[in-house]
Amino acid sequence: MSEIIKNRYEFVLLFDVENGNPNGDPDMGNMPRIDPQTGNGIVTDVCLKRKIRDYVDLVRDGVPGYDIYVKTGAVLNDQHRKAYDYLGIEPSKNKPGDSRLTEFMCENFFDIRTFGAVMTTEVNCGQVRGPVQINFARSMDPVFQQEVTVTRCAVTNEKDAEKGQTMGKKQMVPYALYRAEGYISAHLAQKTTGFNEDDLELLWDSLVNMFEHDHSAARGKMSARKLIVFKHRNELGCCQSHVLFDGVKVERLSGDLPPRSFGDYRVTVSDDVPDGVELIEKL
Amino acid sequence: MGFGICLKVWGDYACFTRPEMKVERVSYDVMTPSAARGILEAIYWKPAICWKIDRIHVMNRIAYDNIRRNEVLGKIPAAKVKSALKGKDVQLYQDSNEARVQRASLLLRDVCYCIEAHFELTEKAGPDDTPEKHYNIALRRMRRGQCFHHPYLGCREFPARFELIEGTVPPSCHTGERDLGFMLYDIDFADDMRPVFFRARMVDGVIDVRECLGAGGVS
Repeated sequence: MSEIIKNRYEFVLLFDVENGNPNGDPDMGNMPRIDPQTGNGIVTDVCLKRKIRDYVDLVRDGVPGYDIYVKTGAVLNDQHRKAYDYLGIEPSKNKPGDSRLTEFMCENFFDIRTFGAVMTTEVNCGQVRGPVQINFARSMDPVFQQEVTVTRCAVTNEKDAEKGQTMGKKQMVPYALYRAEGYISAHLAQKTTGFNEDDLELLWDSLVNMFEHDHSAARGKMSARKLIVFKHRNELGCCQSHVLFDGVKVERLSGDLPPRSFGDYRVTVSDDVPDGVELIEKL
Repeated sequence: MGFGICLKVWGDYACFTRPEMKVERVSYDVMTPSAARGILEAIYWKPAICWKIDRIHVMNRIAYDNIRRNEVLGKIPAAKVKSALKGKDVQLYQDSNEARVQRASLLLRDVCYCIEAHFELTEKAGPDDTPEKHYNIALRRMRRGQCFHHPYLGCREFPARFELIEGTVPPSCHTGERDLGFMLYDIDFADDMRPVFFRARMVDGVIDVRECLGAGGVS
């Protein structure tokens, strides 16, 4: 086991989508989510967390300690969980205390160590707050939601057989660059979940690569473009997070034309960071 | 007792969930004192002190937005964890396709509040716990933007930016008087998690929590 993290971090992730739907809105017939007031696109926090979980599940499949509590899709339960010799506990008659249950879950599940979880194991329904907090990602500019009609030359029902083909709809954004921001609290890692340096590296890795293993007909071309990490010298941090976030500027270069590629933006990261903060460009 | 501080917090979204509408979450119109306390505790808290909210200034217009997300139904069952601890082969995960539910949340947009608060020493305070000491640590943290974990506006996905207000509190955009009805004041942890409610009145954008409580807190 590596050391539990000792520094506060903030990060900015820029990712883009080309001809795809990064996050559909169930209230809008799966149209890409937008902020109705500004027209900017939104990708929810839970959408990004889902991708991080799926990525970790993929690269750490079957490794003890890297289980994922909330999985998607068909689950093949063929692992004999070696992790159950948790701390070499002998099965005994007395019930394990609440904190033991929480510890056990944190030890075994990456997503609980990272994001926390709601457990019924403590008094106030035992919310384990994880150290990593991610906000809604927003696009830099208003997005254009396009609905594309497609045809299929096969039919589902026999009664439609004479029609010969059926129509379907795909929703997409021609292009958008999204910005997500996140926070990592060393204090919660130390006190609550034991999120360690290896987990941190895995988290950076998953932020960079999570779109690479999530391609589908709906997503189009999505990729992480920039991951900028601010590492504070200590556990509590050395300056306000919004000061750091404001140092990452994204300007549009395409003038009046709508943006259609990452080249239509210029990202500048101010290297004038406050004392005690280290700027790391992971991507 | 203790000295007063004033902290400005703001963010794009907030959700101070009404307890009577928890499944499809609906936010209160304004921040609750318990959410304000949570923000202060995220920045600085020790068992020796307990933060008391004096006033909440509502700076921005109250506006809503609706977001529907996929959520999971259950919580982690303790019984299953116990049997896993004993080495039984149980399925200790949730299949998010099976346990999925779509829920809408009615959120607040573009919020900005100024929280006026003070702290009181609790019985856990030792001989070297002076109000001056805790006050100065709290001030230093707020000036530097340090925190235990990042404070948030009701839910963790809505982070709060914060800064210490050292001069006068800027004016709110609200004028006149508004009755916000019964709102959650806080959860009384000493009394078996009993929720305490109060009748919130906003006068020129300021909710004077102490005055409202004096007018009859109800639980």
